[in-house]
Amino acid sequence: MRITQGTFSYLPDFTDEEISAQIQYAMDNGWPLSVEYTDDPHPRNIYWEMWGLPMFDTVDPAAVLYEINACRKAFPHHYVKINAYDARLGWQTTRLSFIVQRPPDEPGFRLDRQEGPDRQIRYTTHPYATERPVGHRYEANGS
Amino acid sequence: MARPGRPSAVPSDAEDKPDEVEDKLPPDATVDLAEVRRETGIDTVLDALDRELVGLAPVKARIRQIASLLLVERTRNRFGVSSARPNLHMSFTGSPGTGKTTVGIRMAELLKQLGYLRRGHLVSVTRDDLVGQYVGHTAPKTKEVVKRAMGGVLFIDEAYYLFRAENERDYGQESIEILLQVMENNRDDLVVILAGYADRMDEFFRSNPGMSSRIAHHLVFPDYTLDELEQIGQLMIGDLGYTFSPEAQTTFRDYLRRRIDQPRFSNARSVRNAIERARLRQASRLVEQGSAAVGLAELQRIEPADLLASRVFEEGDDQAQ
Repeated sequence: MRITQGTFSYLPDFTDEEISAQIQYAMDNGWPLSVEYTDDPHPRNIYWEMWGLPMFDTVDPAAVLYEINACRKAFPHHYVKINAYDARLGWQTTRLSFIVQRPPDEPGFRLDRQEGPDRQIRYTTHPYATERPVGHRYEANGS
Repeated sequence: MARPGRPSAVPSDAEDKPDEVEDKLPPDATVDLAEVRRETGIDTVLDALDRELVGLAPVKARIRQIASLLLVERTRNRFGVSSARPNLHMSFTGSPGTGKTTVGIRMAELLKQLGYLRRGHLVSVTRDDLVGQYVGHTAPKTKEVVKRAMGGVLFIDEAYYLFRAENERDYGQESIEILLQVMENNRDDLVVILAGYADRMDEFFRSNPGMSSRIAHHLVFPDYTLDELEQIGQLMIGDLGYTFSPEAQTTFRDYLRRRIDQPRFSNARSVRNAIERARLRQASRLVEQGSAAVGLAELQRIEPADLLASRVFEEGDDQAQ
């Protein structure tokens, strides 16, 4: 099941040129970019691991793409996303965030029901990927 | 917030599409190079270079060659002939004050106009900005600087300080290794210019043959002649809104002739310092002369007295700064 998270998540995955164009757009707006990665696909997992510090002084998309590629190389089977943060008063939030790498195979989620007191039912989503240990969740079988 | 289905930023990725769609020229077509030249506007940059920088004939010749190469490369691309991007990493060697940094800035502008660089900004750094203070500090620091320079020119001033032959555990070596890697792999994203004094740069390249071979253009900045220095002085003083009186003109030339032979002469930088000091003396002369009425002409004119007070004119004194 394909994870949809962040901007453009219903579009096909971007090529590096398209990613560069989006980075350029963020830079033109003065939003510093940062790269983050994770292998926990749960929708409530909002704090991903930071790949280095946010890039404040860069003026060219190549610099961010350089870090994206470094992160992809280090974590070839993780989710990688970039965030563009708007620090202006009144915003002070992420303005643009999208996934730039996803694992080749995303097993998806299962719905768990829990019987509570008084025949109450609680629901929770359980990502199949988290059944394997952190760091090895999306590796191909046998590797 | 970033919400799917609300693609506020989508139009920007359509921007560069027309470029790609631009149809390839047939093999029998001809292109007017003069026309392409005008379109890119490189002549304005080259003319500004000629006008504002005195002398430096070999440097200017090489810059023109590079400009022509990139122009031809652009035209070849329009015919669909693709070749690897030319290697444009450079080294600038020359005495102090010969205009290495100034040419670096111009080079960044020129490369942008020719479409070689996307941004054309210049990031000027020294050893301090690249080399860390403890183990593991150097690599992130150098990478940070490299990222800042992407899309433009990374200008490393006094690059030979990166390598300290006497201390093999110096962190400079680590910085050099990262630079080498970036110079090779990210050739499309930035141009690295190493600048420094000739003799020490030679030694630096001797100890780092990898660096030397990755640099295609070794530009040597010659020292200025007396005439050129005088011309530089004229340009500087004009920019500051002053003029030399006719007598001061000859005095200035005399000053330069003496100054060249003295120790620590640093070409255009010495000229600038001389002019700064002449301004000081002119100001105090005007304030102390007593008479109240001062016109624009007096305020703008440098007199011989302002120059003659310099220590350079003291006979047999070699200690002049």
